[in-house]
Amino acid sequence: MNARGALAIFTNELLRFFRTAFGSILSPVLTTALYFIVFGAAIGGRIQEIDGVSYGAFIVPGLLMLTLLSESTSNASFGIYMPRFTGAIYELLSAPVGVAETLIGFVGAAAAKSLIIAAIILLTALLFVDYTIAHPLLAVGYIVLVAAAFSLFGFILGVWADGFEKLQIVPMLILTPLTFLGGTFYSIQMLAEPWRTVAQFNPIFYLINGLRWTFTGRADVPIGVAFGMTLGLIVLCVGVIALIFRTGWRLRD
Amino acid sequence: MFPRVEGTILDIRGLAKTYKGGTTALAGVDLQIRKGEIFALLGPNGAGKTTLIGAVCGLLRPSGGTIEAFGLDARRHWREVRRRIGLVPQELSFDMFARVDHSVAYSRGMFGCAPDPARIEQVLRSLSLWDKRKAKIRELSGGMKRRVMIAKALSHDPDLLFLDEPTAGVDVELRRDMWRQIDALREAGTTIILTTHYIEEAQAMADRVGVINKGQLLLVDEKAAIMAQLGRTEARIALTPPLPGVPAALAGYPVTLENGGRTLFYRGGDGTGAGKREVAELVKALVGQGIGFEGIETRESSLEDIFVDLVENRVGAPA
Repeated sequence: MNARGALAIFTNELLRFFRTAFGSILSPVLTTALYFIVFGAAIGGRIQEIDGVSYGAFIVPGLLMLTLLSESTSNASFGIYMPRFTGAIYELLSAPVGVAETLIGFVGAAAAKSLIIAAIILLTALLFVDYTIAHPLLAVGYIVLVAAAFSLFGFILGVWADGFEKLQIVPMLILTPLTFLGGTFYSIQMLAEPWRTVAQFNPIFYLINGLRWTFTGRADVPIGVAFGMTLGLIVLCVGVIALIFRTGWRLRD
Repeated sequence: MFPRVEGTILDIRGLAKTYKGGTTALAGVDLQIRKGEIFALLGPNGAGKTTLIGAVCGLLRPSGGTIEAFGLDARRHWREVRRRIGLVPQELSFDMFARVDHSVAYSRGMFGCAPDPARIEQVLRSLSLWDKRKAKIRELSGGMKRRVMIAKALSHDPDLLFLDEPTAGVDVELRRDMWRQIDALREAGTTIILTTHYIEEAQAMADRVGVINKGQLLLVDEKAAIMAQLGRTEARIALTPPLPGVPAALAGYPVTLENGGRTLFYRGGDGTGAGKREVAELVKALVGQGIGFEGIETRESSLEDIFVDLVENRVGAPA
């Protein structure tokens, strides 16, 4: 294991993040803050409580999940795609770094960036919405797991993509719609059949409800299921990435 | 197959690479590189030079053959091997928005070396980049960018350095400056393998030269030995009056008539000066035969001539 190599990649990725901090941090924070203003402060006060939780507090985990998924995925995919695009990937391929160092470096940095943004968003939310976290340690652990899972997923996306368009397709056309339809703004109990059943085929629904449980102590699905799904996604993504490195798919001719 | 030579730093045997589309870039290359030498790999575009480098450096997966570096199998001991190899690719490929010093320190870290600002400073100063250390790479000129590529490759003090077209697209002054830097690296004990389109570059710097074409090594030898073996002397003698044919007295010389019998063309010798002596004898024979002439032009063939002959005609010794 080349620990210095992993640290170098990690540090370099964070440097890149802070170099573009204005866009990297301000944009997602501003977008999420607008959701809190509109749905939490402006409209939320006129919507009745859901499961004994104010509407403003109810949407905090969902919006946090929306940011986590999109930021983790795009940070990681962009992180590995850019060296492929510029040709700088030669350095990574010729260096004594393997799958472990690459994951710690690229995926670790992508997850760290998402966690920084998530922390800022949670603090920003306090300005507009009155919320508490019922299980803070579990919440932190779960947020870290989700950031890691979707950073791994983003890494795969960045290796798969052969253009900037493909890099955008999955977050914009799959993740964001699924997050909106996964109960960010409503409880599944508010849906009529068959949509209530259909919603349960949306994997993001379980992730949002897992995070909501750590915040409010109440959710539409058991917390164990949400944790299990997140861990399953991590295992699946690590397996795919190991296969990518073994075969050299899209990395080595 | 070559027997293993003492002091070999890189031992390539039967290296083959066929890409997915079916293109064979390397067709069983055998090559041994000696410790401390500068080896120039010459070949036309698409000859397999970059593929050979990529296979050794881990950028692509060979279809066959073995690569042993520093006495270690490059596939099994890839970490140890890669740690000691530096690569300057042909294309300018880096994060253009990164600072020069950050980019070089990043490369050093990726190769498992502890942070060493003094070493980074030394590398940057040696490449005249110290004053630009805080500049973003995109702000640098093309020549400066290429120096950054070299600085990145040197940051982890490699024992074996690959330079893929290191002076492509740089001006004459910078090219000569780079030659001096490469020479300094050799003095420091670094083994260097360079590919180049500039035969003059190989002629000026290399200890040994390899010529590759269509994935096959046509020739590998000491530069001086190649010149001696394949070098030729050429002489053009302006005749007055023109001759209708080569006189019988000159039949023993490698001569032909050109330009309507107005020029006697000699091409012979072996690159060690024998050709010049033969031209002198030829001139004496002309005088002896009473054949008039008004001028003589002679030239020794360059490495470039030999390279063109090899690639176009495939003459010369097998690798």
